[in-house]
Amino acid sequence: MIFGIYSLLSASLFLDLDAVDVAFTEASVGAGISTLLFIATLKLVRRHEKVYRYRPIFALGVVVVTGSLLIYGTFDMPYFGDPEAPAHQHVAPRYLNDSMDEIGVPNVVTSVLASYRGFDTLGEVIVVFTAGIGVMSLLLVSRQTKQLEKGRVPAEMKGQVILRVVAKMMMPLILMFALYVQFHGDYGPGGGFQAGVIFAAGVILYTMLFGLSNAEQVFKRVVIEKLTALGVLIYAGVGIVTMVLGYNFLDYNALAHDPVHGQHYGILLVELGVGITVAAVMMNMFFKFTWRIVKHKYSVEK
Amino acid sequence: MNIIGHYNYWIVVILMMIGFYIVIAHGNLIKKLMGLSIFQTAVFFFYISIGKITGATAPILDPDFELYSNPLPHVLILTAIVVGIATTALGLALVIRIQEAYGSIEESEIQDQDTQDQMECQLEAYGYQKHSMMSVKTLDE
Amino acid sequence: MSTQLAILPVVVPLLGAPLCILLRIPRLVGLFAIVVATLSFIASCLLLLAVQNAGGLLIYEMGGWPAPWGIEYRIDYLNAYLILLVSAMGAIILVPAQTSIRRELQENRHTYFYTAYLLCLTGLLGILSTGDAFNVFVFLEISSLSSYTLIALGSDRRALTAAYQYLIMGTIGATFIIIGVGLMYMMTGTLNMFDLFQRLPEVHNSRTVLSAVGFFIVGVCLKLALFPLHLWLPNAYAYAPSVATAFLAATSTKVAVYVLIRCMFSIFGIEFVDTVLPLQQIFIVLALAGIFAASISAIYQLNIKRLFAYSSVAQIGYMILGLAIGTELGITATMLHLFNHALMKAALFLAIGSVVYRIGSAQLNHYAGLGKKMPLTMAALVVGGLSLIGVPLTVGFVSKWYLVVALIDKGWWLVVVLVLISSLLAVIYVWRIIEWVYFVPPRIIVDEVREAPLSQLIPVWLLVGANIYFGLDTTLTVGVSEAAAAALFGMLP
Repeated sequence: MIFGIYSLLSASLFLDLDAVDVAFTEASVGAGISTLLFIATLKLVRRHEKVYRYRPIFALGVVVVTGSLLIYGTFDMPYFGDPEAPAHQHVAPRYLNDSMDEIGVPNVVTSVLASYRGFDTLGEVIVVFTAGIGVMSLLLVSRQTKQLEKGRVPAEMKGQVILRVVAKMMMPLILMFALYVQFHGDYGPGGGFQAGVIFAAGVILYTMLFGLSNAEQVFKRVVIEKLTALGVLIYAGVGIVTMVLGYNFLDYNALAHDPVHGQHYGILLVELGVGITVAAVMMNMFFKFTWRIVKHKYSVEK
Repeated sequence: MNIIGHYNYWIVVILMMIGFYIVIAHGNLIKKLMGLSIFQTAVFFFYISIGKITGATAPILDPDFELYSNPLPHVLILTAIVVGIATTALGLALVIRIQEAYGSIEESEIQDQDTQDQMECQLEAYGYQKHSMMSVKTLDE
Repeated sequence: MSTQLAILPVVVPLLGAPLCILLRIPRLVGLFAIVVATLSFIASCLLLLAVQNAGGLLIYEMGGWPAPWGIEYRIDYLNAYLILLVSAMGAIILVPAQTSIRRELQENRHTYFYTAYLLCLTGLLGILSTGDAFNVFVFLEISSLSSYTLIALGSDRRALTAAYQYLIMGTIGATFIIIGVGLMYMMTGTLNMFDLFQRLPEVHNSRTVLSAVGFFIVGVCLKLALFPLHLWLPNAYAYAPSVATAFLAATSTKVAVYVLIRCMFSIFGIEFVDTVLPLQQIFIVLALAGIFAASISAIYQLNIKRLFAYSSVAQIGYMILGLAIGTELGITATMLHLFNHALMKAALFLAIGSVVYRIGSAQLNHYAGLGKKMPLTMAALVVGGLSLIGVPLTVGFVSKWYLVVALIDKGWWLVVVLVLISSLLAVIYVWRIIEWVYFVPPRIIVDEVREAPLSQLIPVWLLVGANIYFGLDTTLTVGVSEAAAAALFGMLP
């Protein structure tokens, strides 16, 4: 819980530092998904940490050495907020000055993310995909557990009529908001990643209130797994198309006669790929974690 | 200005080290992951601080504003956040499996169980070695 | 098409991995993975030729954006050579994987295994190809996350804790690397390696750059399991599925060594690193300590995978030693050993994989009497072991020879003696295996144990053959290593 608050605080700090996109992401990821996963895991394990009677001098030593090296490094740093700092002089000005002409998207973060450094973002989607594969392979769900859970609604949620009605009304709104964030990333903060997380959050809300098996009837496991792969394929596919057209990998100029239009199409498509993979992986992770809780519950009952 | 010019970085360093300390010093596998998250978030702050320019605004181009913060660190950190959550999720999945396999998520208890396994293996092997040497000798005779 | 060559080795497995998930039928996925890895291997062969034709440097701009603004791939002899090595290992090891995995993994996990394997390949090749410091971090994480998955798929429960430990250490390492990159960016305003190389000298004297070097190098050393940061490695190698061990042992630490070389030569510049930090001395001490500590631990291991894992830590010591010499000869020795050690360890771990396939165990005491039952596999194990010691006619001899020559050239006689003594330690642990395999009579009934299937024998013997071939004919390996070392030193102003 405190961890979630910590994330929200971090998010507001990012906002203060003008990093709106980062703040948005930290809020949805740190305060949302990551806290949820922590809580799900905590549900499965012992609540309290064992207390040890030893003094971690070694750990303290390592930390102090590392910390002092960093502090030592700060003495020659440019001052905080200094516009003359070298970080703002070399590469960044081109993004701020020319991205409007070259890409035509007001949100500079989006144009750097999806186009100038698009390959990094492809890497990022693959990291998410990899984590999805990892969680899937580690937390396989047996068929028996699924049979037992079939059609059940979590017991503690049965009486909560108001919650359930409100949630039903919220669902379309959340999903709509996700779509808005997805396609409005060019102009305001947001983009595929945040949209994916929000979409997943909507589904997770539904799952919490109506039960896992009911949710999995709507979002089939196999379909979700294929969607995780599909997102990556869309992103990389754009790159392949540009290669076939004789341009470099991920050079969106290839996609239309007018480079700016090409960039637009390209960014739209890759953000879609990001959104699909992220939403699918996040939902999948949540499902897998919850299945474990369900399995644990039945094994205790037996 | 001389003294406070770097205060922001110092706070970030302290936060970083708190996270790092938790990772090394705690024996609880979940706490370690939390420490790791704090450590990483602190690094994110550090990057975003690099990008900040006093009096600037978020890097969304608008004719009303002149000065924008540096967008590049934002992009890098977006990527890093995603990598962070991916790592955390995988780590937690591992923790769940470890709990199922060992019945505990305390490093010391897991180590105890592992040493026991190791001892059994060794016993089997060395008991065997003695036995086989004897059989070699008997053959010689 | 030839202009696109630089990126093909990476893009092929990158596309292959999600396609595996769409394919879903385990057997087909296995075959598909082989095809993908082979295509990537072919592309990297062509790439090495293309680099040769282009005079030693190929640059590829991602998204058509020029270098410091976009991400570029910068391929020279050094990385073209390693890309070839990694993709070759990736392809060969997948062949025995088909049978080996069927024994060691439940069937519903096969698809995930191959997907993670291809992702790991993508990540490693991505690190090797890129010319952008932050991009290294992203692909490092792809390869790391997929290797955690590969390790955790091992059947022993200790595989889980090993993977967890690796995850913690690996993430700390990666975080250190991004701190280092951040500090460099702060001082120069760029992330491109070549650009950094040109812009860093202006700010060389600042304390910030110094701590950047420190963080980057410590982070990489965590990944490369340099003694005493190696603690995650033995368990990870011991409990991962056999083919995964073979793949990781043959490639992943090699890639980390590459990052270290790149960082010392092409980012900071070797002169700067050597003058400002006592890095040379630190590396010599750590390398030697690592060689001895790990070799001695190896002698006491009962689990044969663990034994060779410790030996890997020792071998990393030799590579770092070559790097510490800091001369062109030293780098040549390191490069040779990178290549040769990959050949040895792949052969050894695949041979062990075959044994695990037949008897389901990697405990040394279960190997008794296998010399008669699995003669070909065991012979491969012996040749691999001899190569590890550095017996003439094997690749191990070639790289040790170059290392010793480089040390003598530098005049470090004491280190020469220590290296030779450490080889004796290798003799001991290899002898222990030979003793169990050939001289201890079996107690368990091993009558049903047969020779490994052909699909495993052929790749093993291919690698063993390579061990001997490259031990006799060194024109390719030495030639490319020398070209790579010369290119690194050629960069110096």
